[in-house]
Parts: sequence; C-alpha cells; structure tokens
Amino acid sequence: MEDFSFQHRARQRAGGTRQTAIIGVVASGNLEVLVERVLPDVECQLEIKTAAVGFGEVWNAVTADFVARYSPGGLKFSINDGGARPDTVSLRLAQAVRLIEEDGQ
Amino acid sequence: MTAPFKHAAQFPEGRASTTSFNEASARTRVALLLDAGSFVEFIGPEQREVSPHLKVFDLPEQFNDGIVVGRGRLDGAPVFVAAQEGRFMGGAFGEVHGAKLIGLLRAAREMVSIPVLILFDTGGVRLQEANAGELAIAEIMRAMMEARMAGVKVVGLIGGRSGCYGGGGLIAGCCSALAVSEPGRIAVSGPEVIETNRGVEEFDSRDRALVWRTMGGKNRRLLGAADVFTDDTIQGFRDAALELLGLVGAFDLDKLKAEQVRLADRLRSFGTCEDAVDIWTAEGVAHAESIPDLPADQFISLANKIGRTSRDAR
Repeated sequence: MEDFSFQHRARQRAGGTRQTAIIGVVASGNLEVLVERVLPDVECQLEIKTAAVGFGEVWNAVTADFVARYSPGGLKFSINDGGARPDTVSLRLAQAVRLIEEDGQ
Repeated sequence: MTAPFKHAAQFPEGRASTTSFNEASARTRVALLLDAGSFVEFIGPEQREVSPHLKVFDLPEQFNDGIVVGRGRLDGAPVFVAAQEGRFMGGAFGEVHGAKLIGLLRAAREMVSIPVLILFDTGGVRLQEANAGELAIAEIMRAMMEARMAGVKVVGLIGGRSGCYGGGGLIAGCCSALAVSEPGRIAVSGPEVIETNRGVEEFDSRDRALVWRTMGGKNRRLLGAADVFTDDTIQGFRDAALELLGLVGAFDLDKLKAEQVRLADRLRSFGTCEDAVDIWTAEGVAHAESIPDLPADQFISLANKIGRTSRDAR
C-alpha cells in the first residue's frame, strides 16, 4: 500500500448543498471515493490509499487535471484504491462531484 | 456522532424494474429496493469504521467494510436492511462487517415489529480475519435466532455475483425465508472447495453449468431452500421481499421440528440422486434437463406447480 496527500487551490466553491457523497467499490481495477464538504471555499484536498505502489506522479497529474476541470472548492476527497487505471479514477472523481452537487443534505 | 448518512444518488422512477440486481452495487440495490429516498445508513462511510486487520496484510480497506446497514421503508412500512458488497473482498465477513450485521439484528430484536432484509453477496468468512470472521458468523446466527424468537421476520435476498457461500450459507439457512434469482447461488462449500477436498470427479468446479444447476437459484427454489424465485431485477426482489414478509409466520419449537422433518424427508427422497436433473426428474418434471434454459416467467409457473417450499417449517 502507498499513501498520498494532495492540496490544490480551486477557482470556486463546488455547487450544491449536500455534505457527503460516496461512489465506487474497492475491487481490482476499481476504487471508492468519499467526498465531504468540510474545507474553506477555494481549497481542495485529496487523501489517497492505493494498492498499486509507485504511481505518485500519475496520481498528481490525474488529480491536478480533475481540480482544473471541475473546480471542486471546499471538498475533501478520501480514496481507497484497488489499482484503478487513471481513466477510472477520473470517472469516479467526476461522479463524486456530480453526486455532492445535488441538492439535499 | 455524525448525522446518519443519506444515500446521495437520486434515481428516476421505474429504474428498479430495469436494473439488474446482480450487476448493481450494494448501495444501488438498497436505494432501489426501498421506497425512494427512505434509506438512512447506520455507521456510514464518513465514520470510517474500517477493518483493523487488513492493513496488517497491506491490503486496501473500504470505508463501510463491505456492508451497508440502515433503516428505510418498504411500501410505507419500516424495515431494517443490510446489503453486502460482493465486489469488495468477495463480500466476505470480517470483524467490523459482521459486527454491523449483529448490531442490526439486535436492534431488530429490541424493536420486535420491524423486519430485517439481508441482501447476501458473500463468499463466506474473510480469510485474513479468520477467527474474528468465524466468531462473527456464530454471533450473527445467535442474534438472528434471538430476533426471530422475539418475533422478528428476517428475509434473505440472494442474487449477487458472489452468491451466498460459507458462513453466509449458514446464516441464510437461519432466515425466516429466502428469495433467489437465477444467478444467485446458495451453498456452504463452494465449487473449488469441494473439488479441492473431494476431487474433480466429485465436483468439477470449472463446469459452470454443473455449478449453476447444483447451487443456483432454480435448484434452490425447486428444493424449497428458497421460497420465491424472481427475475434478476431489483424490482423483482422488492416484490419478493414484500410477498415473503406477508407470508412468514411465527417461529417456535414446532416450526423447528417441522423443518427437521422437511429436511429429513428431502434427504430420503433425493439422497441417492447424482445430479440436480435426477432430483427434478424424481419430482416429476417432464424434460427436466431443459430447466436451466427456461426463461424466468416459465420457470416461476413451473416452480409454483411442483416446487417445494419451507413455508410450513423454517
């Protein structure tokens, strides 16, 4: 296992009112993303625990691209990864933002 | 204490009828099985109650330890629900995973009037947590028996990818009633376990047709191990759960004795059969070999005619 932590500045606060959301399953080639609205508006944090060792540069690139595209300000992402490919990681992150941007609690 | 975790995804109306139970995640199954928006999770993922054992083996954790538990409504009436995530470590029972189900069953015992739905999807005990997992199975069976003796109905729904094996098969056997779909499999020893211990001539685990006609939903329904057979949709399982909650009666010593008689009779009738097809033939099914190919609706009408149920026992 290898752990990473990334801090990014987001352009703006993520929309919606929901406080938490979760998507995905920890399985081979898959991951779960828990997202919580717990940070100041322009901050974004990603905590990653991955079973695939040695991919820090790829995680850095994928998460930086994600923050630039979606501007998930105020959100903390906690990821348990079972060795997902970068495209699957991008998809799950996008799904997590989509879920927490719904209205509700 | 944080607020109960509400499921975030909102599904359009009618989605339950078009969603495969087998392919859905535990969370999607619960969201579509219960009345829309009614599910409230206990010990949600934000509480991060993960396994204390997996990090010792350098293995990834999941925030819900592979099981979603909570309360909701089914056709307006309150229910407790537990759903295993069969894709996380084969839905296997670890210490935390098991404790969540034990807690749910004990809550049901205290409430008495609220039934429990268990969406099984498990290969059995999580090997990395062997002793804790085995203890969890025993404690779940005790908690279920105590809940049932108090008057709680416990209905198992089996149609996940991992089937319902090992200790999961034992727990399923303790339920008030079971519903199963064709891809759902129910057994204690799995195909590979039998082959490893008894040899390939006893059971060829690579023969998928053999696995399904022996352990699959159709045979389990015809033998009376499962009371309702449903097509593989979440709506199908919702309807089956509602039907079974209406049918389950009281649980007492007479029921247990009747179950013992039913099982002894089953062994007497079919104990010498070499294959599930022999059992179906002995039950009087014409062209028994065609049963695995029957579409769900045709199979259900056949099963309702000749299939056994455990309704008077169990």
